[in-house]
Amino acid sequence: MNFDLNEDQEAVLKEVREICQKELAPRAAEIEEKKDFPWENIKLLSQSDLMGVAVPEKYGGLGMNYLTWALVDGEISQACATTGAIYGANLLCIYPILIFGTEEQKRKFLSPLAKGEVLGAFALTEPQAGSDIGNIQMTATPENDGYILNGTKSFITNGGVAETYIVIANTRSGGDPRGLTAFIVEKGMPGFTFGQKFDLMAYPALANCELVFRNCRVPRENVLLSKGKGFRVAIKTLDIGRIGMGIKAVGLARAAYKAALKYARERVQFGKSIFNFQAVQFMLADMAMEIEAARLLILKAAFLRDCGKGFEKIAAMGKVFASEMCMRVTTKAVQIHGGYGYTKEYPVERYMREAKLFEIIEGTSEIQRNVIASYLLKEE
Amino acid sequence: MNIVVCVKQVPSPDALSKARVDSKTKTLLRHEAVSLIINPLDENAIEEALRLRERHGGKVTVITMGPPQAESALRRALAMGADKAVLITDPALAGSDTLATSYVLSTAIKKIGEFNLVLLGKHTIDGDTAQVGPQLAEQLELPQITCAQKIEIKDNTVKAESSFEDFFEVMEVPLPAVLTVTDEINKPRRPGMRGVLKARRAEIPQWGVTALNLDSNRIGLDGSPTRVVGLSTPEFGRKKKEMLTGSISRQIDTLLNRLKENGII
Repeated sequence: MNFDLNEDQEAVLKEVREICQKELAPRAAEIEEKKDFPWENIKLLSQSDLMGVAVPEKYGGLGMNYLTWALVDGEISQACATTGAIYGANLLCIYPILIFGTEEQKRKFLSPLAKGEVLGAFALTEPQAGSDIGNIQMTATPENDGYILNGTKSFITNGGVAETYIVIANTRSGGDPRGLTAFIVEKGMPGFTFGQKFDLMAYPALANCELVFRNCRVPRENVLLSKGKGFRVAIKTLDIGRIGMGIKAVGLARAAYKAALKYARERVQFGKSIFNFQAVQFMLADMAMEIEAARLLILKAAFLRDCGKGFEKIAAMGKVFASEMCMRVTTKAVQIHGGYGYTKEYPVERYMREAKLFEIIEGTSEIQRNVIASYLLKEE
Repeated sequence: MNIVVCVKQVPSPDALSKARVDSKTKTLLRHEAVSLIINPLDENAIEEALRLRERHGGKVTVITMGPPQAESALRRALAMGADKAVLITDPALAGSDTLATSYVLSTAIKKIGEFNLVLLGKHTIDGDTAQVGPQLAEQLELPQITCAQKIEIKDNTVKAESSFEDFFEVMEVPLPAVLTVTDEINKPRRPGMRGVLKARRAEIPQWGVTALNLDSNRIGLDGSPTRVVGLSTPEFGRKKKEMLTGSISRQIDTLLNRLKENGII
């Protein structure tokens, strides 16, 4: 087993780390305070050719692998979790077009996304269909050369700021999951508008809102894969999304751990830095250990994906382990900071609020365990 | 508009506390613990060259003289968008002072051939002599403008605005010319990853004493009239402080007395 990165990966990551730590990290607190969508960060990542790390060069990507993409994603989230969340939602639009798109769809939609000219979003969740994907109510009624979409999507990250949306709707009546179909919808299509913006526990700068479809006509050539294959598109997209969410949780946890370690060395109580107290040392040791373990799980999933092997189970394990780890680590980081950790003077309270998202987004921890269990049965 | 940019690899200021000086030659010892970067002002020079290329076309060639590891500085320049890079390296060049360095660089630039402009940073953050630019212009027998913070190319001339401690200067000279730049001139771009990957695969020719047909009396320690006799850290003794007490008028009297005692007023 070889954990070394190749020289290309090293060179890219060295540069990415510098961008993240020198440009993104110093702006993270201000982004939260001002609640403005961080276009400056997205522009920087686009100019740095980082929006489509694993997209082939002919479609405007960098032509590297998923492991590299994950490592980049982790660095971004370590520096600024909001930017990481935008980056992750973008991946959920890029990936299904890359995997299932026709040549024409790739040229038309994937290239601008991979080059960072536009942002993308993935719309699956509805007010009544969260974990229960099969219960999607949004309808797609066939008409002439296309479909008429009606319904509402909720909690859509990049909603409003994205130009390209993957939208899952049902072409059959009665909620038959065999009718689920994925559509590529463009901002500005008549009948497609943005509804309520959600006021989240953290990430106030994130664009997260409802998508509202009222007789929105989408041409047939915008169907992804084919009619009735929406469930497959959604599941495959969520599979890769778990690597993304897991590595983001690792990145955020690492930011919290680093802040806690720094504080523990500087903070003096009873005449010595609190790092010297075993209670604090044990917390830091646990944090470092758990981060490492989560990181290995996620990177193994990415490695398996790059090898073309089944990665779904490990990705689900990685997602649930990393997000729960991130909650524990950020909570400990606040604890190590004591009273100051509970104030907005230090970033750790923000990290703790940001961490909670990972246990819920793109499949709750409970759903991840269902996924893992389903693979356990298949393996028997 | 063909531009040659001369750069130097220097220790990163983040790691400067780890840098050590050779007790005999009084030069910086380079070892792996100290991360090396392109001299920051040279990045401004590269950026300016790239912007001039965007406006006027042509090619940007980046050269450096240094040990073999200076190649990484050139790769970064290529990642930023330079067209070509040349590494001038030879054990015989070790110990060269600014005069020897500018001789070597001028020879390399002549070998590169057709060029309209040579750009450098105003000074480096390690040696800080600010001599190589002006000396290079003399060696090439070209007009020079130093400390440029704005450059304009028009027809066959270059007009530059330079800033000095308490005045500005606008000069116009015919091309080709040698210009040094300050950090006011631009904000160097960060290389994109496509550039980083492309630069990793770029061929960087290495030129040594033979390739440049250099006069051995003008290079290395022997060709360098500068001798570093000693190095010392300036002592910053504790400043004497005195807190004045008493009524305001008494404090003023004491203050006036102290100022007179010390010959300040």
